[in-house]
Amino acid sequence: MRLQLSPELEAFREEMRTFFTTQVPQEIRDTVAAHRHVSKEQYVETQRVLNAAGLAVPHWPIEWGGRDWTPLQRHIWREEMQLANVPEPLAFNTSMIGPVLAAFGNREQKERFLAKTANLDIWWCQGFSEPDAGSDLASLRTTAVRDGDDWVVNGQKTWTTLGQHADWIFCLVRTDPTAEKKQRGISLLVFPMDSPGVTLRPIELVDGGFEVNEVFFEDVRVPAENLIGEENRGWDYAKFLLGNERVGIARIGSTKRMLAQAKEHAREITVDGRSLAEDPHMAARIAEVENELVALELTALRVVANSADGKPHPASSVLKLRGSELQQAATELLLDIAGPLSLASFADDGSDIPDWARVTTPHYLNYRKVSIYGGSNEVQRTIIAGSILGL
Amino acid sequence: MSSVNFDYDSEQNDLREAVRGLLARAYADSEQRRTVVKADPGFDEKTWSRLAEMGLLGLPFAEEDGGMGAGPVEVAIVAEEIGRVLAPEPFIETVVLAGGLVAAVGTAEQRAEILGGIAEGTTIAIFAHAEPGTRWSSTAAGVTATQNGDGWTLTGVKEPVPSGARADVLVVSAVVDGGTGLFLVQGDAEGLTRTGYRTHDGTRAAHVRFDSTPAVALDTGDQTAAIERTLAEARIAYGHEAIGAMDTALRTTAEYLKTRKQFGVTLNKFQALTFRAADMYVSLELARSTALWASMVQEAGGDVVSAADRARLQVSRASRHIGKEAIQLHGGIGVTAEYSVGHYTSRLTAIDHLLGDGDWALARLAGTVADHETVDPLGAPYAPGGGVASA
Repeated sequence: MRLQLSPELEAFREEMRTFFTTQVPQEIRDTVAAHRHVSKEQYVETQRVLNAAGLAVPHWPIEWGGRDWTPLQRHIWREEMQLANVPEPLAFNTSMIGPVLAAFGNREQKERFLAKTANLDIWWCQGFSEPDAGSDLASLRTTAVRDGDDWVVNGQKTWTTLGQHADWIFCLVRTDPTAEKKQRGISLLVFPMDSPGVTLRPIELVDGGFEVNEVFFEDVRVPAENLIGEENRGWDYAKFLLGNERVGIARIGSTKRMLAQAKEHAREITVDGRSLAEDPHMAARIAEVENELVALELTALRVVANSADGKPHPASSVLKLRGSELQQAATELLLDIAGPLSLASFADDGSDIPDWARVTTPHYLNYRKVSIYGGSNEVQRTIIAGSILGL
Repeated sequence: MSSVNFDYDSEQNDLREAVRGLLARAYADSEQRRTVVKADPGFDEKTWSRLAEMGLLGLPFAEEDGGMGAGPVEVAIVAEEIGRVLAPEPFIETVVLAGGLVAAVGTAEQRAEILGGIAEGTTIAIFAHAEPGTRWSSTAAGVTATQNGDGWTLTGVKEPVPSGARADVLVVSAVVDGGTGLFLVQGDAEGLTRTGYRTHDGTRAAHVRFDSTPAVALDTGDQTAAIERTLAEARIAYGHEAIGAMDTALRTTAEYLKTRKQFGVTLNKFQALTFRAADMYVSLELARSTALWASMVQEAGGDVVSAADRARLQVSRASRHIGKEAIQLHGGIGVTAEYSVGHYTSRLTAIDHLLGDGDWALARLAGTVADHETVDPLGAPYAPGGGVASA
């Protein structure tokens, strides 16, 4: 057992911290810190800055821009990025389709897509969930039927995050409706979002924002060469993709930033002549979330520092579950610190209410998503009960 | 092992296996423990001797004081194994608390005599500190020390004193000019009246009255800082005992869910129950990470008092959660004396109240929450020389 990072890793951490806080434009980091909408241009600019320094896809194979880092290095990289309010490299590109292409794509597909995917020259979106296939993803019904050299795709996807910015979609489609197990007849196709027959309809969320979409396919013709891996093996690739970077989803650095903001703003609110930060109940609430976050960070370190033979550490399953709960607890804390100020969600010029307070309710409402996406917390409990406790 | 990690080395693994083996023979089932705790002194003197033979009772003491010169991680390993089978031997009380204080402030002669005796298994030393009407303080109020020529006398009451009636020697905190002093009182001293009783968890405690009782000072002057530090070390050790107990409580519960049938099926068919077991696992692993970290902070010479508060809060919350759910998921059998699981809840409840519960630790953490922007568990004040200066 050892508490400290090695001197080499301390230096690595310092290098990451310096890079993120000096090379990524301040204006972009301020946007993230303020929980404001990050534009497509800001995502692209950031990812290109990172990619140029070899920091966009360190977890990829070296041949395609990876760095051969240890899990602990990747953890430090991600945490420092979040602590510095850097928008993370687009997950659809770097954590999802990129690693799948690198592992299962053919040579031609790798050369065609991977460099552009790392540099966000191609913006990918995810065609997985459907109206009747959420947590039960394998029930998906979008079909692809072979016709000559093409697949013809029909059906509908939903919850397609930032699909409005996307150039290409990676899409799970049913290619063998007769397969005995519903998981067996699924394939993974990629195609441009401007293909004839693709229609995108934005879904307005409860916070007033637009980040997810419905995508409709009507006789979309996809060249056969756009099949990734083998026909009817798409479920394996989907599992590989969703199991990728389970650790990163805890978002500890990001929640730390929110707690620091909570402390700062609690000092700015006066209750009966006293700062809210001095209210013992509020101080205890902040301290309790902070302690739970310490416990989560230590658990994440325990997982990434574990040397055991490449098998996932059992405790890794608590990271998504608890990480999402703590992100939500932090947004709730900020909301409650804003109190009545939180009502001014859509105030514009002419309001005296500070910007941080205006975004608290949309942020809180928006973050209900984090315990739903990436395998809902109920799915996580099912995994823990089944594969760890043997229930 | 050059960087942060939570893994035991091979010697530590050997120690764990040896302790587990010894205690598994002593407490093969809960019936054996019930028999032992029924009769005074509430633990098995033979098991105590075996612990001494294995060197465990002198584990953290310096070799020149008759100990093994091991560190807090080794102590934590023993404590966890004690918790796993609810061994009632007063290991933490004697070795960590009373022994820890003598090691910290005793003279060479006192250390050789008391610590040597503890290590050999011939001296049960107990810290008499709690007083009726106060809670979890580092200072004394109800027992007063008076200088009497070369010696001292003590007057007042300590209660509850764990294993107080069995102790061969008491380490007593008492009011002196300018603070709280520490004194040694022999079990057969004049003016010492001890009334022992059984506690709910099967162990023993005592009402201890001092009536101009002769005592020897451990050191002169105020010892509050030494007491605070030793209490913190004991809180960490109790945290590990609680982890061991929670681990067994969860395993026992999961096993019960797999075998107990109702409505024609085993209970693990009910998601309402398996999800609750999954949440118990989450609580346990977060607490385990925090307890392991606190031991590493102690070993590294970091701020052990703050680390102990963090571990205390996390372990307390987990203990309440797991203790209550373990009984509820069992149903009626969980509250019977014949079945094991209720005893685990009882012991977890006792640990929670020995040196400070979760709300107590939270209040302390809340008092300092505004002093830092974020917490870096690998940096200051926890890891001397570790961490990057806060941005």
